[in-house]
Amino acid sequence: MPFRGFELHIPAPERRPGERPSFDHLKIPPAGATPRPSPSTPAHELRELPYGLARVLDDAGNAVGPWKPDIDPETLRRGLKAMLLTRIFDERLFRAHRQGKTSFYMKSTGEEAVSTAQSLLLGASDMCFPTYRVLGWLMARDYPLTDLVNQIYSNARDPLRGRQLPILYSARDYGFYSISGNLGTRFAHAVGWAMASAYRGDSNIALGYIGEGSTAEGDFHETLTFASVYHAPCILCITNNQWAISSYSGIAGADETTFAAKAIGYGLPGLRVDGNDFLAVWAATQWSIERAQAGLGATLIEFFTYRMEGHSTSDDPTRYRPSDEPVEWPLGDPIERLRQHLTLIAEWDDARHAALVADLSEQVSAAVKDAEAVGTLGKSKPPVTEMFEGVFSRPDWRLIEQRREAGAE
Amino acid sequence: MPEKGTAANSSMSMIQALNSALDTMLGQDPDTLIFGQDIGYFGGVFRVTEGLQAKHGAKRCFDAPIAESAIIGAAIGMAAYGLRPVVEIQFADYILPAFDQLVSEAARLRYRSGGQFWAPITVRTPYGGGIFGGQTHSQSPEALFAHVTGLKTVIPSNPYDAKGLLIASIEDEDPVIFLEPKRIYNGPFDGRPDVALKSWAGHPLAEVPAGHYTVPLGQAAIRREGNDVTVLAYGTMVHVAAAGIEQSGIDAELIDLRSIVPLDIETIVESVKKTGRCVILHEATRFSGFGAELSALVQERCFYHLEAPIERVCGWDTPYPHAFEWDYFPGPGRLAAALARVMEPA
Ligand SMILES: Cc1ncc(C[n+]2csc(CCOP(=O)(O)OP(=O)(O)O)c2C)c(N)n1
Repeated sequence: MPFRGFELHIPAPERRPGERPSFDHLKIPPAGATPRPSPSTPAHELRELPYGLARVLDDAGNAVGPWKPDIDPETLRRGLKAMLLTRIFDERLFRAHRQGKTSFYMKSTGEEAVSTAQSLLLGASDMCFPTYRVLGWLMARDYPLTDLVNQIYSNARDPLRGRQLPILYSARDYGFYSISGNLGTRFAHAVGWAMASAYRGDSNIALGYIGEGSTAEGDFHETLTFASVYHAPCILCITNNQWAISSYSGIAGADETTFAAKAIGYGLPGLRVDGNDFLAVWAATQWSIERAQAGLGATLIEFFTYRMEGHSTSDDPTRYRPSDEPVEWPLGDPIERLRQHLTLIAEWDDARHAALVADLSEQVSAAVKDAEAVGTLGKSKPPVTEMFEGVFSRPDWRLIEQRREAGAE
Repeated sequence: MPEKGTAANSSMSMIQALNSALDTMLGQDPDTLIFGQDIGYFGGVFRVTEGLQAKHGAKRCFDAPIAESAIIGAAIGMAAYGLRPVVEIQFADYILPAFDQLVSEAARLRYRSGGQFWAPITVRTPYGGGIFGGQTHSQSPEALFAHVTGLKTVIPSNPYDAKGLLIASIEDEDPVIFLEPKRIYNGPFDGRPDVALKSWAGHPLAEVPAGHYTVPLGQAAIRREGNDVTVLAYGTMVHVAAAGIEQSGIDAELIDLRSIVPLDIETIVESVKKTGRCVILHEATRFSGFGAELSALVQERCFYHLEAPIERVCGWDTPYPHAFEWDYFPGPGRLAAALARVMEPA
């Protein structure tokens, strides 16, 4: 064939609205099939790992294979509870937005296993550098629900003093770094935090999160170089939920390689893990902690999951993906899968589940009620002086003058 | 006078007018292409590119990775090759990862290569507050770009200008930052959140010709003639200024700058020499905001005509605070108070 010039390739997803969803292109190995090398294995011997998919729970709910973690039923029940609480809270507060009580909300539905398992596993002095889709971290650590709602309502009791968009929490005491709306930047902070821990000779680990879409940012790549060069004791997690607003993961490069495989070029180990499998998330995180503690530095983990709902309250996913795609997702619902497993090992039953759901719903309703007694967005807010605080450690003359001009003294 | 389009006019929102500009340029120039996050199949989070991929094909209108630096960097490379890329940055707040590409590359390529390479890119991006968008969906970063010589910065205030200025920007030989005031995408918001927003329908500046026309860069528009004080504004603030002037009852002249680089200095100077007073209104933080440049220029060129100090009404020098949207947003009341101050006898 004579060469006729190049052609610009524009990737496109398999299916669009109106078509039957299909995940046939995904190669999903059965639970137990992906090997678990020792955490002290040199990175260059782990180069096949990012193309597998570490899975523990099989379709029937059995825990199988080399990644099966040693974890007691009580911890599993705590995980289930944190996931359920996250889901119930998300639904309730999403509704509050629809009722005009706040300006914005984002759910993490379908992705709850990642943040809850990691939150339970990491220590009190470790730090997570969150995205907006890891509310489960706070739920697993019993962060006060009313404070979450107060933040979402930007009311007079908002712990962030009315300054930040709903759900962009900050909770230092809970190992939860401040979130911001710009993507990717905090990935580097995680590495810096981990380097500081090593600098001081401490044993604290940093855990960074980034969405698969945001791995396209320069910050992601520059951060991996730092993590690799300085053997930073951190766990760098990509939550691959298949969608970045309307852009399928192929726009971030998923048709060409796995996100976990990005690790190879940086000389880091890359794990690819079933993110809807609480036990697999636990095991992979445990593996990464052991590796860091062995002095081998950072691990990159891709959690393979699915964003079951819209991107945010501003989004309607049926405009760009088949409406029944979420129910066709082959790796299921993380809550149902853990519930199934606990039931199978006779550590859970339907009655207990129903009672837990009722109790958590009650807790969420009570928290919403308490926050609404303070006020919803626009009905209550911190004093306007708060607007001028925290810009600098102490306000300079400009802010003092402007505070006066705003009549906020 | 701007060149008039040939086909019939119709009433459009700013979103529709921008869409029409892109459609027109994709239709007439095979070297024009557009890309950005979520702009292809989906049509953009503000729907400015709706229908364009279906009409012009995926090669002309496609989704980009979440990589602002590479979006603008790649656009520069394409433009250097000879294409006319128009890229969207989803929110102006998210242009910052690409700042080096803009400052050190787009703005300097022509200069440093002795004219061998240049980058006629257009970067469209929604900016501004009033939408409860919090710190990273509300900012007005125009002064950052205005400070970088080699970049042009254009800010329309209505659908007619939006289309004409966007086409002029795409056809311009220099890199253009095209800031879209998202608060007025769907109607001329005047800074009073308690008043129901009118849509653009029926507004004289929402009459948009169907075909190709341009509004030249660097020509301000006098939106209201007046004798006592000159108000300088752009984007959303043009409508806020009109409301503030009305509220004050003062006979102010309102100038819509339309582009801040190039800046229509003649129109500004002529007006201030006539009125003897000047108030500058912008949403961005005050300190080192574009108002500082305007104030300096007016002072340098109109000093002996000034009867009162120049006033700036701006966002406070804080990040954009979610709960305090309307305490922060410089609304018509603050402008009216400033107008009253400059009118006080010395
Ligand atoms: C620097 C930057 N660019 C663009 C955006 C707009 N934006 C917000 S969320 C989002 C998609 C993020 O996708 P992903 O990283 O996959 O995370 P997910 O939302 O799927 O959890 C985009 C483009 C932003 N917030 N910050």
